[in-house]
Amino acid sequence: MRQLMQKTIMLLLLLVPAAVLVGCSQRIDEAPEMKGTAALVDKSSGPVQEIVIDNFTFSPATVTIAPGTRVVWINHDDVPHTATSTSKPKRFESGTLDTDDKFAHVFTEPGTYSYFCAVHPKMTGQIIVK
Amino acid sequence: MANRIRHNHSDDGVDRRGFLECMAWAGTGLVWAAAGGLLTSRSFARGAARAARADFTFVQISDSHIGFKKEPNKDVIGTLQQTINQINALPTQPELMIHTGDLTHLAKPEEFDTVAEVLKSAKVGNIVYVPGEHDIFSDDAKLYLERFGKGTKGLSWQSFDQKGVHFIGLINVANLKPGGLGTLGDEQLEWLKNDVAALGDSTPIVVFAHVPLWTVYEKWGWGTQDSGQALALLKRFGSVTVLNGHIHQILQKVEGNMTFHTARSTAFPQPEPGKAASPGPIKNVAADELRRMLGLTKVSYVEGKGALAVVDATLERA
Repeated sequence: MRQLMQKTIMLLLLLVPAAVLVGCSQRIDEAPEMKGTAALVDKSSGPVQEIVIDNFTFSPATVTIAPGTRVVWINHDDVPHTATSTSKPKRFESGTLDTDDKFAHVFTEPGTYSYFCAVHPKMTGQIIVK
Repeated sequence: MANRIRHNHSDDGVDRRGFLECMAWAGTGLVWAAAGGLLTSRSFARGAARAARADFTFVQISDSHIGFKKEPNKDVIGTLQQTINQINALPTQPELMIHTGDLTHLAKPEEFDTVAEVLKSAKVGNIVYVPGEHDIFSDDAKLYLERFGKGTKGLSWQSFDQKGVHFIGLINVANLKPGGLGTLGDEQLEWLKNDVAALGDSTPIVVFAHVPLWTVYEKWGWGTQDSGQALALLKRFGSVTVLNGHIHQILQKVEGNMTFHTARSTAFPQPEPGKAASPGPIKNVAADELRRMLGLTKVSYVEGKGALAVVDATLERA
């Protein structure tokens, strides 16, 4: 078990910088024991802002962050959701987030980024980078 | 029966009394109701005593959500199969089965495969589909259209005639706008306008779509923002039956000559509008209770009688 955890951590350490290089978005697939906020603290890439999806709501719905912050969405509902940028072209797209799936995106440029759930469009949120 | 309506509620030019006198229940629907321990709508059931033989029947199933594996139903394949078994046990084979969307939970290839495999065993004349948002959101409907969209137009809208009834399948789960409800879109509305243009007012119309074509509960997105435009195109018809899914429970509304009906899911129930923190699945349901919350809808049509009889059946055997 310990060996598996070590492998997982190493894999994560390898994956994170790679994702930052290729465009700042990543799906996070990890072992169950790595779930939770502790796993989100990524010392190598600056601050982290977590947005929880619960009861068909992004929470908090509006966040204000500094440039370089990594935003992580976690779906705690029993149905799939997405975090989909409303701008064209899309600035980010989580794809399907089933229960407990996570998606991360690093916001580097100042601005206001609106997004919604493409499955349940009543769900909306906003990232303000300044 | 006609005396119950004392004045004309609508300005649609169709005589209310004449229309209501045309209403009749089909006998098979009621036999089914009696045999299956079904929930029926009282508003539809008044003409029961005068029931006649149905000219044809069809069934609606909805929201099979193949791929869903959580409470309250870890066997959505099983409950879909039970629904099909129940259809296969009907005394008269339905000529048509309509699936009103959310065939799958996550639009995965294997989920679509499973749906197709289970529905193969259905003893029905033909099966038609409209997608739910779960079937198309992840790949812009690519897989769905490949497998279930044959012979349809645009994002798979369709129409066909059967025994004098004009069926129209509409898609209101594509191109959803942030903060909005279901959407039909201008292109589809234009198609609908042309589709019904040549039909006589007396042609019975059945519309099927995933999200309700009336606003059930806006806060949860349970409605279609431009449905009013579609319904305006159908207002002149003497009998319009609108069949939807999406909300995993039965709701009915009669407005003028239009009857709106939502079907149960074959997978899991959802809460009544506004009666929970979110529209997510109702989780704390015992197995035997679950069977009373899932089911199918059977519709009977008697030629020349105008209105169609709608009966809902649960998976619970009497």
